[in-house]
Amino acid sequence: MGKLRQIAFYGKGGIGKSTTSQNTLAALVDLGQKILIVGCDPKADSTRLILNAKMQDTVLSLAAEAGSVEDLELEDVMKVGYKGIKCTEAGGPEPGVGCAGRGVITAINFLEENGAYEDVDYVSYDVLGDVVCGGFAMPIRENKAQEIYIVMSGEMMALYAANNIAKGILKYAHSGGVRLGGLICNERQTDKELELAEALAKRLNSKLIHFVPRDNIVQHAELRRKTVIEYAPTSQQAQEYRQLAQKIHDNSGKGTIPTPITMEELEEMLMEFGIMKSEEQALAELQAKEAAKAAAAV
Amino acid sequence: MSLDYENDSAGLEQLIGEVLEAYPEKFAKRRKKHLTVAKAAPAKEGETDAPLTECDVKSNIKSIPGVMTVRGCAYAGSKGVVWGPIKDMVHISHGPVGCGHYSWSQRRNYYVGTTGIDSFVTMQFTSDFQERDIVFGGDKKLEKVIDEINSLFPLVNGISVQSECPIGLIGDDIEAVAKKKAKEIEKTIVPVRCEGFRGVSQSLGHHIANDAIRDWVFNKGESEYVGGKYDVNVIGDYNIGGDAWSSRILLEEIGLNVVGNWSGDATLAEVERAPKAKLNLIHCYRSMNYICRHMEEKYGVAWLEYNFFGPSQIEDSLRKIAKFFGPEIEENAERVIAKYKPLVDAIKARFKPRLEGKKVMLYVGGLRPRHVITAYEDLGMEIAGTGYEFAHGDDYQRTGHYVKEGTLIYDDVTGFELEKFIERVRPDLVGSGIKEKYPVQKMGIPFRQMHSWDYSGPYHGYDGFAIFARDMDLAINNPVWGLMKTPWATKAA
Repeated sequence: MGKLRQIAFYGKGGIGKSTTSQNTLAALVDLGQKILIVGCDPKADSTRLILNAKMQDTVLSLAAEAGSVEDLELEDVMKVGYKGIKCTEAGGPEPGVGCAGRGVITAINFLEENGAYEDVDYVSYDVLGDVVCGGFAMPIRENKAQEIYIVMSGEMMALYAANNIAKGILKYAHSGGVRLGGLICNERQTDKELELAEALAKRLNSKLIHFVPRDNIVQHAELRRKTVIEYAPTSQQAQEYRQLAQKIHDNSGKGTIPTPITMEELEEMLMEFGIMKSEEQALAELQAKEAAKAAAAV
Repeated sequence: MSLDYENDSAGLEQLIGEVLEAYPEKFAKRRKKHLTVAKAAPAKEGETDAPLTECDVKSNIKSIPGVMTVRGCAYAGSKGVVWGPIKDMVHISHGPVGCGHYSWSQRRNYYVGTTGIDSFVTMQFTSDFQERDIVFGGDKKLEKVIDEINSLFPLVNGISVQSECPIGLIGDDIEAVAKKKAKEIEKTIVPVRCEGFRGVSQSLGHHIANDAIRDWVFNKGESEYVGGKYDVNVIGDYNIGGDAWSSRILLEEIGLNVVGNWSGDATLAEVERAPKAKLNLIHCYRSMNYICRHMEEKYGVAWLEYNFFGPSQIEDSLRKIAKFFGPEIEENAERVIAKYKPLVDAIKARFKPRLEGKKVMLYVGGLRPRHVITAYEDLGMEIAGTGYEFAHGDDYQRTGHYVKEGTLIYDDVTGFELEKFIERVRPDLVGSGIKEKYPVQKMGIPFRQMHSWDYSGPYHGYDGFAIFARDMDLAINNPVWGLMKTPWATKAA
């Protein structure tokens, strides 16, 4: 066994982090890697496609039943899924109560202390949404993930989120050594999506690791609680995920310290690509529209 | 209040300068605004009650880490000071166990009642948060704690929820729990958002606690109590060592009916019926002026600050209070003052010769740094310096009515500053708290705790003055000070 590699997937909520990460990891296991998934989302859906079922026994739900995490055994919370991938879910409170961030910290500490990280080549963290508080930054702190992969798309909010996550990584890059592995663009078929993703990657001093094209087969597989790798191993989409897995595998140690940009710079970039209009443009268009309306009314 | 003395203003100004020199420039500049020497107040024409001195300093701002401030937190202000003494309620320290445990029974707010049956002041209740409660929220646990309290102590009249820091951090909805459980158990439940990280000292906790009384006790509805024309509330007397009792005697003797004492030895009913009183008498202005202003605005209850430390202030206060109620009460007040005159004379005759001319430095909370001054002066003693932990600007303005020109004034004093000031002024007595007590005594200077009355008291009222005078004499004239030797200072034989 080589040195343990720890990676994490971050990105805006609903961007397809869990789907992308599970498909990629399923492809990675075919490269002969032993993998542990640590789901860090209270929704606990980071391992559903690997286990072919939603994980019921999250670390925190079991801890709450038993009284505290000290009362748990590793076997209680670790399930084995597709081709031996080990799966754990931190779990957390229902929306609107308690502190999910503290839950992530508690769960990761428990897994580490109880040897979940032994005898694996990869630990992959799948982390909810943005880096909202210290708890969700846990995987990027010292001695946790070495590389972060940001899942994004050509949508404006996904780009904002990606830039914000880069800020989080930068904060810990010097103290803990975490690096930005790269961006993974999940195609949403927005205008100039590939160019925009590449441009942002460049601005962040990173690279676009892979552009994952949109394919409905992902949804078909997901409905069956499977990864594309398992559901349609010969499909073109499965091939895409294999490529991504290979790229991530080869990317070891090649992460960079990100250079997040300001809000203004990001907006300028979006204007350059015609995604966002300048105020003058927007006003001119509005006037033209009103004029057209008035003309039609006559 | 005729004692005439003046401290060495120029010398003390120089001392402040020397002390500040030890600090880095930026910090010295900040601390300078908190230190001053009282200056003679400019005479204002036609003003009868003008202050003697001006001693305004910057106050009520954040302490700097590392200065060993003795300030507390908002939880301390609410649970420890305002709510804690209400005896027929249970006050839950809501959060991890430490805040409640380590502050357990630290204030000497006395009460009468049967502990564990109808009174709960010296008991400690906590929801004892565990990791699970942080992650999943503690509202369910709070409900359970309330149910358990109500079944274990069926005579409890109400419950307050005193928030520790994590409650605010994880966003628990204690207000919803309070509403729900109040309906279920048909008792008053008061959620208090006094998380310790709020504000700069315990002072904000007092304010938050006052607001909670307004929102969760007064707003419940009107008390059925039918008020009388001589009804008064004593506000801001926490009955330290029995202070409220030795005050109440005097108020009753002049013909007033004390319908509520906030909050030493108080019941929830006393709080509920307070708006029916004719007058609110404030002792601790700092911690309870907020609710008095509210009662004035909403229920038309007037308020009056008074001072029951030492005979001069007691006489003054009794006359001021009596004036509000008219000639009959005024006559009573004069009779009461005359009645206690022989006691006062005897105390002075015995202790004044032993204490005359002794210099005192004080450093207390938000009221006593000014309120006790005249009691010392009644014994012929002089105040060399005084300062507050958590006063605001209005407190320093009021201080001008008490201190003489040339009194050293220090706000939120640092450990270093206080030590240097004491070392250089070398007073005959320092009155402060437990943290100051032993360092000062090791400097060879007599000391009295002025938060807890050093396990003595009461100090309020005429009865309290007798004890106060005795205690100061015990501290200052203790023969132990003559036994301290400095072998290095004696000549080698």
